[in-house]
Amino acid sequence: MEMLDLTVAVLVSTIAAATPLLFAALGELITEKAGVLNLGVEGMMLVGAISGFATAVTTGSATLGILAAVLAGAGLALLFAVLTLSLLANQVATGLALTIFGIGLSSLIGRGYVGTPLDRLPRLDLPVLSDLPVLGPLLFGHDALVYLSVALVFAIAWFLGRTRPGLVLRAVGESHDAAHAIGYSVIAIRYAAVVFGGALSGLAGAYLSLAYTPLWIENMTAGRGWIALALVVFSTWKPGRVLLGAYLFGGVTILQFHAQNMAAFQVPSQILAMLPYLATIAVLVLISRDVTRIRLNAPACLGKVFHPAG
Amino acid sequence: MPIRLEPRGEASVAWVYLTPVLAVGLTVIAGGVLFAALGFDPFRTLHAIFVEPLTSLYGLTELGVKATPLVLIAIGLSFGFRANVWNIGAEGQLTLGAIFGGGLALWFYGQEGPWLLPAMILAGAVGGALWAAIPAFLKTHFNANEILTSLMLTYVATQLLAFLGYGPWRYPDGFNFPQSRMFCYDATMPLLVPGTRLHLGFGFALFAVAGGWLLIARTLIGFQIKVIGLTSAAAAYAGFNRNRIIWFTLLTGGGLAGIAGLSEVAGPIGQLVPSISPGYGFTAIIVAFLGRLHPLGILAAGTLMALSYLGAESAQIIIGLPLAATGVFQGMLLFFLLACDVLIRFRLRLGRPVPAAAVAKSAEAGA
Repeated sequence: MEMLDLTVAVLVSTIAAATPLLFAALGELITEKAGVLNLGVEGMMLVGAISGFATAVTTGSATLGILAAVLAGAGLALLFAVLTLSLLANQVATGLALTIFGIGLSSLIGRGYVGTPLDRLPRLDLPVLSDLPVLGPLLFGHDALVYLSVALVFAIAWFLGRTRPGLVLRAVGESHDAAHAIGYSVIAIRYAAVVFGGALSGLAGAYLSLAYTPLWIENMTAGRGWIALALVVFSTWKPGRVLLGAYLFGGVTILQFHAQNMAAFQVPSQILAMLPYLATIAVLVLISRDVTRIRLNAPACLGKVFHPAG
Repeated sequence: MPIRLEPRGEASVAWVYLTPVLAVGLTVIAGGVLFAALGFDPFRTLHAIFVEPLTSLYGLTELGVKATPLVLIAIGLSFGFRANVWNIGAEGQLTLGAIFGGGLALWFYGQEGPWLLPAMILAGAVGGALWAAIPAFLKTHFNANEILTSLMLTYVATQLLAFLGYGPWRYPDGFNFPQSRMFCYDATMPLLVPGTRLHLGFGFALFAVAGGWLLIARTLIGFQIKVIGLTSAAAAYAGFNRNRIIWFTLLTGGGLAGIAGLSEVAGPIGQLVPSISPGYGFTAIIVAFLGRLHPLGILAAGTLMALSYLGAESAQIIIGLPLAATGVFQGMLLFFLLACDVLIRFRLRLGRPVPAAAVAKSAEAGA
């Protein structure tokens, strides 16, 4: 019975650890499907995390905090879009700039909030269902954002695969010249996709600072934005596999924490803390070595600058 | 009236050199607005950042101290960036250089000689290059994206250094601080100006500038790097080996970052501590772009960025500006640079596009 309880606890915390990765990776998936590579996920997550935290502390409303984080992420993404889509800047360099800027901006905003306590985002406990053994805590004991993240997987899969705007978005990412020739506004569609991606990155940050560890710590994302970028490659740009990948990584993170707490486990904590990053590298290698598979699945215009006159 | 971008026939050489200046100017203005918004007197703040550090000999030498790692790393990164090899894990390569070189100093503590420092520098270069060899290998053999692998390895390197500092390399008499013992005299960088912290590493940085220029302007591999970056199809047609360029740019970049890391621990720090760099590996990315990937440009940009570190310290002491403002400032600078760069290839035009026929006619008339 104790073993079962531990397993349930591990699985529940896995879901919590996976949720920010899921939000951020889904946002980047939409951005990349439209043909834009935004490497600023880490920066947008951090600014989302502090904006959400600061707003929740000041107003006392977690909902307003989440909203602020979404707006902050979208705002930074808009900056990225202006630079890369209107001013045709290099997407890799601009994404790196966004991350450097986001790290600085978040610690500047956050210097008054280090150590401030905040109540964790409440769980949506359902009567009867949440009290079920095993299934109760596993399926019915989470906060609203966890359900939203899973719902988004299905919504995005449906949007990309089954709707006309989704088809247009993919067309813009596959061949911007063809989409432009047919008469679609490549730039406008990309603006929308980038801003949506930023909004989800901001939400991912808010999940970290409001629900996962309700605190503000400088650089609290600890590379999750980059892991989310790797997850998009891992998923070969398919929403369902983003879910799988995020939960896999959530699992690695949590197992690593539990291993640190086990006295029988004589591995130094710093070595265990390397695991999520090493796992990311391993997964990238496994997926990427199949060059044709990546080439078939990656949006053909990913990272390419579009200018109708040249 | 809408503003639109009209492609220039040829990239503008003037704007290549003017946009960094324009970007710095815009950053200073935007920074002033930001400081005012934070409740600081913008003119006093800008004075504290850009003028105060330059008013003493010590300040000027400190500029060299801070510019040393930035220039060393940025020169290495510039080779890769020219060839579209995106090594953004220089921070990790710097850490491994410090671990390898610093490890040698600890290993031979008490049996040192004049040979120790050169051996440490070599070990630092090897450590950085080995760490960069991992993304190179994963890229050339498994097609794994070097941006993500090199960055992930930075987090691994940080944990490795922490492990060594908390564990095997901790100095037992160090009051339980997670750091090694101080290196002995033979394991530290000689000072260039007595009484300051300016050390031999600055000489290495200048040497790297000269070597970098020689490599790009005068060697075959430098030529191949340029061609691959400008037009990869032509490079493939000419039979240039892309994998060789990936290995070369990552190994040199990693080696230089390793020397930068070793120079820090054997220079101003003098021992291994868990945090050896305030993000030099990331700031060097900005330095490389601001310097137009050109060695002399990188030297100028590295000095300017060093000033931003020094200035932030002086502004923190004089008017209490938070240190985090440095990152915002540096990020803004790169944004403005990338935005202004549009002027190199495009003209800003007001109004509706001119029909193509009219453009052709006026071109004929001009010729």
